[in-house]
Amino acid sequence: MALPKHASTLERVWHYVYLVICGLIFLFLIAPILIVIPLSFNAEPYFTFTPKMLSLDPEGYSMRWYDLLLTFGMQVPEAARDGSWWADAWNNAAWIKAARNSVIIGFFATILATTLGTVAALGLSRPEMPYRRTIMAVLISPMIVPIIITATGLFFFYSSISISKWELFGWQIPYLGIILAHATLGIPFVIITVTATLVGFDHSLTRAAASLGANPRTTFFKITMPLILPGVISGALFAFVTSFDEVVAVLFIGGFDEQTIPRQMWNGIREQISPAILSVATVLVIFSIFLLTTVELLRRRSERLRGLSPG
Amino acid sequence: MTDAVADPISSARGQAQLTTADGIPLKTALAIAQSKARRRAFLLVLPLLAFVLITFVAPIGQMLYRSVHNPAFSDNAPALAVWFEANPTGTEPDEAAYEALVSDLRAMRENKTQGVAGTRINYDLAGSRSLFTSTARKSAKMEPPFKEAVLDADEDWADPQLWQVMRTASSAYTANFYLAALDRTRDENGNIVRVNENRRLYVGNFIKTMLLSALITGCCLVLGYPIAHLLATLPLRHSNLLMIFVLLPFWTSLLVRTTSWIVLLQSQGVVNDTLVAVGVVADESRIQMIYNQTGTIVAMVHILLPFMVLPLYSVMRPINPSYVRAARSLGATSWTAFRRIYVPQTVPGMGAGGLLVFILAVGYYITPALVGGASGQLISNFIAFHMQKSLNWSLAAALAALLLACILLLYWLYDRLIGIDNLKLG
Repeated sequence: MALPKHASTLERVWHYVYLVICGLIFLFLIAPILIVIPLSFNAEPYFTFTPKMLSLDPEGYSMRWYDLLLTFGMQVPEAARDGSWWADAWNNAAWIKAARNSVIIGFFATILATTLGTVAALGLSRPEMPYRRTIMAVLISPMIVPIIITATGLFFFYSSISISKWELFGWQIPYLGIILAHATLGIPFVIITVTATLVGFDHSLTRAAASLGANPRTTFFKITMPLILPGVISGALFAFVTSFDEVVAVLFIGGFDEQTIPRQMWNGIREQISPAILSVATVLVIFSIFLLTTVELLRRRSERLRGLSPG
Repeated sequence: MTDAVADPISSARGQAQLTTADGIPLKTALAIAQSKARRRAFLLVLPLLAFVLITFVAPIGQMLYRSVHNPAFSDNAPALAVWFEANPTGTEPDEAAYEALVSDLRAMRENKTQGVAGTRINYDLAGSRSLFTSTARKSAKMEPPFKEAVLDADEDWADPQLWQVMRTASSAYTANFYLAALDRTRDENGNIVRVNENRRLYVGNFIKTMLLSALITGCCLVLGYPIAHLLATLPLRHSNLLMIFVLLPFWTSLLVRTTSWIVLLQSQGVVNDTLVAVGVVADESRIQMIYNQTGTIVAMVHILLPFMVLPLYSVMRPINPSYVRAARSLGATSWTAFRRIYVPQTVPGMGAGGLLVFILAVGYYITPALVGGASGQLISNFIAFHMQKSLNWSLAAALAALLLACILLLYWLYDRLIGIDNLKLG
């Protein structure tokens, strides 16, 4: 993007104007995400920088909203912070309970979506696959169909089969409906990432393994799986994030006690927005930075494995 | 294969056909092998396909069924259904009709279903639920002639439109919810007419949703094109770094991003405070940027922008810069070269990104619900309203079906023009 030597003055000016415009657009993209981080340390219950914060006075900053995250919903938040206080927080604090639910639901939804999705992607990327286009369109559709329509359909469907009363060996499976719904929503991401990895897949490798006497199972676990693993993991992370961020299906089909982090946030934003929401947001932003880094590293590794890029 | 032709035995038998080692004609063997491979591929996909059909397609199908099937009134008014069957549309309700009505009302009172049935009629004719509950209470003591008894209880029963509504509701299958979703209703003669001007909600809202989505798509294109171009022309080292600015929002929770916009744009928020501090805006006339249409547009453009940048980038990256250079060397100004040579090559990316953003915008729910206020609501929010507040589930299903039809049409278009396989994430 370097400017050639023969560029006219007008072109030079335009070039810098263009860079400034791009900078502003990048600012538009990133500023709203980063702004919540300093604001979450606000000592006052406001959503803006107080004069004390602007003058970098330590008094203007505090951890009170993070503290509120821990203590909100606890039975005796004022007690001394010993073992029983932490046990109380673990068992009763609303945000911690929500985080636990979110992780449990996300974990099982991801396992389900990734297993089914990876196997299906293997089938879909075979040239012999019949009705490939149609089936692919059906499998991707949960991503395209508006979430409100999916949630409405699931609400009717689950209440007609009363899924909340289903039992397995006399044990009522918790969150079953939400897990199934989130798995469905995560499947398109797994399909897309795994089929993208399989595009560069050299099928003569599996044939070579077979010709050397490996059975299909060994071939899959020893040859195919290690090569497509980066794609599978990124797909799984996408599926997990989808579940971890999903609120509408939980609102429609979740029981009263099935609180998740997005649902808590939703209620917080709708009812009375407090800076405690910003501290949750900060935690989630850091979480997404971590995820993005993982996915980027995986993508580079995958490209290197498949010889798509030199670095 | 040449071995088979040269095989002395088959040549001796005079067979022109090629066979495999075990004597099966090659064509058949190939067909068997291919169908086996097809079956194997299909079996791999089958578990997921079954899962999606059960947990996704079936629920939506059931919802569509609900939009044309509502037995709340027909199940509870069998006698009226018989009378409607025997008498054509427009017949003045006679004594027999009122007798049927009273017997149905008595049955409803016994089964405690007058509320359910009344609610169903209420959807088409506001105010009739109380008519059912109050008259059902009195129905036990009614004596013939029933017409006078019923009209004594409440003279609203003489309303011909009420009878028309009951006639259509006496069949469980109805297109009335679609009519309601299109701001239409039936008059007393069963003709389809538009509802009163002040009750026309949905058609206008569908149009508004489309226009807002188009506006958001346009904004995304205007903002996404320059940065995609920059990313595509920078060396890979730098562009991978800058790509983080696009991908981080993509990975950040939707609710976090919406919260950030509330923080930034509210009247005591960062943007307004800055404007006041700089002196652009007076303290008492802070700009209302959130909880209205502006808030919806700004937040949605921010959320959907990565979906525009990524397809644009993947189309722009492989474009060969020598075409533009050739145009320049032939005397084109940089603007002409850009407009006539570069832009036409990026049309597939603009199509892919634009269509994807538009599809996602049309069905958006969360952001408008949180930052849209009253004026920034989209059609999805109306569906949610009927699901959660008014509890008119059949109307919600009908609205959802219409929205779904739009989305599927766009999805089909996307598949035809761009292909689902080319959908990329990051």
